[in-house]
Amino acid sequence: MRRYRIGSRFYMALIFLFLYAPILLLVVFSFNDANSNVVWQGFSLRWYEELFRDRQIMGAVYNTLLVSVLATAISTVVGTFTAVGLFGMRRRWRDPILTVNNIPIMNADIVTGVALCIFFVTVIAGWNGVVVEGWNGFVTYLEENFRRTLPRMGEVNMGFTTLLLAHISFDIPYVILNVLPKLRQMDRSLIDAAQDLGCTWMQAFRKVVIPEIKPGIVSGALIAFTMSVDDFVISYFTAGSASTLSIEIYGMVRKRVSPELNAVSTLLFGVVLVLLIIINVREWRLEKRQTAGT
Amino acid sequence: MKKITALTLACSLALGLFLSGCAMEESTSGSMSFTAGSGSTAGNNSSSTTGSKREVNVCSWGEYIDESLIDKFEQETGIKVNYNTAPSNEELYSLLQSGGVNYDVIVPSDYMIARLISEDMLQPLDYSKIPNYEKIDEQYKGLSFDPNNEYTVPYTWGTLGIIYNTTMVDEPITSWEVMFSDEYAGNILLIDNSRDAFGMALYYLGYDVNTTDEAQIREAAQLVADAKARGVYDGQGMDEVFQIMEGGNLAIATYYAGDFLSMHENNPDLAFCVPEEGSNWFVDAMCILKSAKNVDEAHEWINFIASTESNLANMDYIWYASPNAEALEQYPAYYEETYGEPLDQELYEIMAAPKDVLARCSMYENLPAETLALYNDLWIELGI
Amino acid sequence: MKNKIAWLSAPYVLWMALVVVAPIIMVVFYAFTTAEGLAQWGEIPITEIFTLDNFARMGTYTVIFARSFQLALVATIVCLLLGYPLAYVMAKEGPGFQRMAMVLIMLPMWVNFLLRTYAWMAILENNGILNNFFEAIGLFDLINRIFGTDLTYFRMIRTQGAVVLGMVYNYLPFMVLPIYSVIIKLDHSLLEAARDLGANSAQVFRKVIFPLSLPGVLSGVTMVFVPSVSTFAISRMLGGNNQMLLGNLIEQQFLGGAYNPYLGSAIALVMMIIVIVCMVVMNHFGEGEEQAVML
Repeated sequence: MRRYRIGSRFYMALIFLFLYAPILLLVVFSFNDANSNVVWQGFSLRWYEELFRDRQIMGAVYNTLLVSVLATAISTVVGTFTAVGLFGMRRRWRDPILTVNNIPIMNADIVTGVALCIFFVTVIAGWNGVVVEGWNGFVTYLEENFRRTLPRMGEVNMGFTTLLLAHISFDIPYVILNVLPKLRQMDRSLIDAAQDLGCTWMQAFRKVVIPEIKPGIVSGALIAFTMSVDDFVISYFTAGSASTLSIEIYGMVRKRVSPELNAVSTLLFGVVLVLLIIINVREWRLEKRQTAGT
Repeated sequence: MKKITALTLACSLALGLFLSGCAMEESTSGSMSFTAGSGSTAGNNSSSTTGSKREVNVCSWGEYIDESLIDKFEQETGIKVNYNTAPSNEELYSLLQSGGVNYDVIVPSDYMIARLISEDMLQPLDYSKIPNYEKIDEQYKGLSFDPNNEYTVPYTWGTLGIIYNTTMVDEPITSWEVMFSDEYAGNILLIDNSRDAFGMALYYLGYDVNTTDEAQIREAAQLVADAKARGVYDGQGMDEVFQIMEGGNLAIATYYAGDFLSMHENNPDLAFCVPEEGSNWFVDAMCILKSAKNVDEAHEWINFIASTESNLANMDYIWYASPNAEALEQYPAYYEETYGEPLDQELYEIMAAPKDVLARCSMYENLPAETLALYNDLWIELGI
Repeated sequence: MKNKIAWLSAPYVLWMALVVVAPIIMVVFYAFTTAEGLAQWGEIPITEIFTLDNFARMGTYTVIFARSFQLALVATIVCLLLGYPLAYVMAKEGPGFQRMAMVLIMLPMWVNFLLRTYAWMAILENNGILNNFFEAIGLFDLINRIFGTDLTYFRMIRTQGAVVLGMVYNYLPFMVLPIYSVIIKLDHSLLEAARDLGANSAQVFRKVIFPLSLPGVLSGVTMVFVPSVSTFAISRMLGGNNQMLLGNLIEQQFLGGAYNPYLGSAIALVMMIIVIVCMVVMNHFGEGEEQAVML
């Protein structure tokens, strides 16, 4: 049994080495004095300094965080209400809606990406045509678009707004799927009890339902946020002239990646790591206190 | 369905620890940014039309500008520059076609400019707003892509050639032959765009690089395809060439003179040659798209970039030769002043190819639609 | 009252119709049309605008289809072979250890996947970290002395192997997590019963644990296979651009050199159908056990 344990720990260590070696490399070379990810030339913080002066990267980081926060916030609110609505719906209606809800999750990212790309381009085309020239404008626009002459982009373009819409569209399903099971677990009589005691429906919702499903909402929001920050493929097809960190990196990866990006990822990684450690320590202390108390 | 389950589980396990603690903060801050956010995105959309904030959207190539110029321009004019990059002329064209972008100024190469003009995608420039246009050498005006000087202000020019690592080859390379022979098989990077890749084969075969003769083009494509099938090329790439050649990972690649010089800074073992069979010399020029929304700002930007100071700064940063006669002439002095040592004449001649080298070079011209389609098909066949 | 609550989801249903369903309909529409056909809108009968040309053209790309499937399949199998034992041994550890291992598996996902893949480029290059390491320990000298070769590096990057490695590296957690989540919920009394009835550990594993963990395996397989078969960034970065995959092909039709959204839509449609078929097959196998996976 003991030998088994050593073997299994060794195997785990090997896999973790495989998972962490590249990350370790990124972190180590973010402190490299030379502009290289292969040759070590001495310790320096120059890439961190340059990072904060680099408008393009900082702009992309800002965009990434902004779009993720906004998309998460909107998706959490919309997704929660939708889940509540679905909960109160007949199965006959709910099941097909849930199936459609699953499409963005199941589909390959690239398919979702190009579908949204086509959709946005067509809608923008129509919008510009109609707003600028009325119905005829729309028809001419579509014709021109099909003839592959220059699309006449008017007032609106693919950019931050389309990026945000795309993110919302793939975030909401995760929120719904996290909130719904919590609703199912909830004791329905609680709502009835609250209303019997004189609560309005809204009050019952706020004071009874929300606290019950809070863990689902929070984990849904966290997953949505992670998905947004991590997304590359869908953003790539819908960002137009806006840029996110992933898009920026993909552009750079083709040339030479500035160690500034190592610095960015080290910082982001560090933040997550510190957060996790703090939480774990707090949790651990809490547990210890509880066991000590009893 | 199951993807979610797993992800849900994973995330809640990893972060489940969080859940109890910060649930409340999360939901309140969330709803606040919701309202603030919808306000600001609406603001973004209207800003360009109301003119409250002046801006210009530029699309160029990667590492193709001294970025301090952007700051300088913004400080001088108060116009915000949204600077984007595209990987190649063909991909820039796709980007414009897909209609998802709103660029004002683009910097395509000669043959692509001709194509954009013929497809009515560019707008004529108002040269009265670009006084610095005067300083552009006559040599780069009235070229085949814009014969009447209506649409363009040249940005840079240069040559295509072979970059090789002197420690990894036996003798200096002077001919395109090396790209198709087995001598360095598996140690060569093929340039990843149809025009340059087939172009070098056309030069090697002694054909006109702008030929529309199907048989000649097919022969050239076959030459490349055969070499690829024999494993001559380890890979294909455009800007990937930087890390590959600087890191000494492959021996030979085809790329542009300016980029060679910037690689040479990082790896002095690299050498450059414009093959004896001839090669391409190109001009990249700034143009304004017909769909541009910030036309005035675009003109200001072009004028700013065309100035002698900007050209000197750019040349020093990206190592591409400037079409601004003053800047090109002053550059060796500028270099000496900045770095306290004279500029290597050899490097200067790689950057600004002398007349005898240019004599064997030719410019790409826009090809008729059928030929472009043929290029495209052959290129796809090669890519498969 | 029930019905009143149901209206809360009405906005989202509308939104889905617009942003989920409509785009897919557009993909289908584009897949069955061409630029030439649409240019004659109104001039020729509408039925003639719809065509199967795009699908006919796909014959040219059979090699790419085959390569994508092959690489994705290999990556999935490798992930399964590496991931199953990991999930299994993890589930046998104490709760504290399990939680830490879980965090450790999730943590890399917070570093941008393009950057992690980029790190592999630096590792695998001809003159990269791994080859330099081999050089330093004299591995090449040794090999050259024994076999009389003049090896100076191992060719790792810009090969199919590198692409598979990139897929395995990026998607391994997607295999481990669902399997782990199933194994951890296995009813221990079942295992004890099997042992009481005289089964040895190998038999317990083969006859009880593995069949019961099948739903996790199946969802892991889909979660690795789908992104692998559709990736374009990994093949671009590690495959040297001469190992074109389906994802690259689609990307090229929309944002790359060969602008043709009609053909691109057709390929995307085929990919969507493939994914659906995969799902159906998987669900068929795992039927009934789905509930067990759902929380």
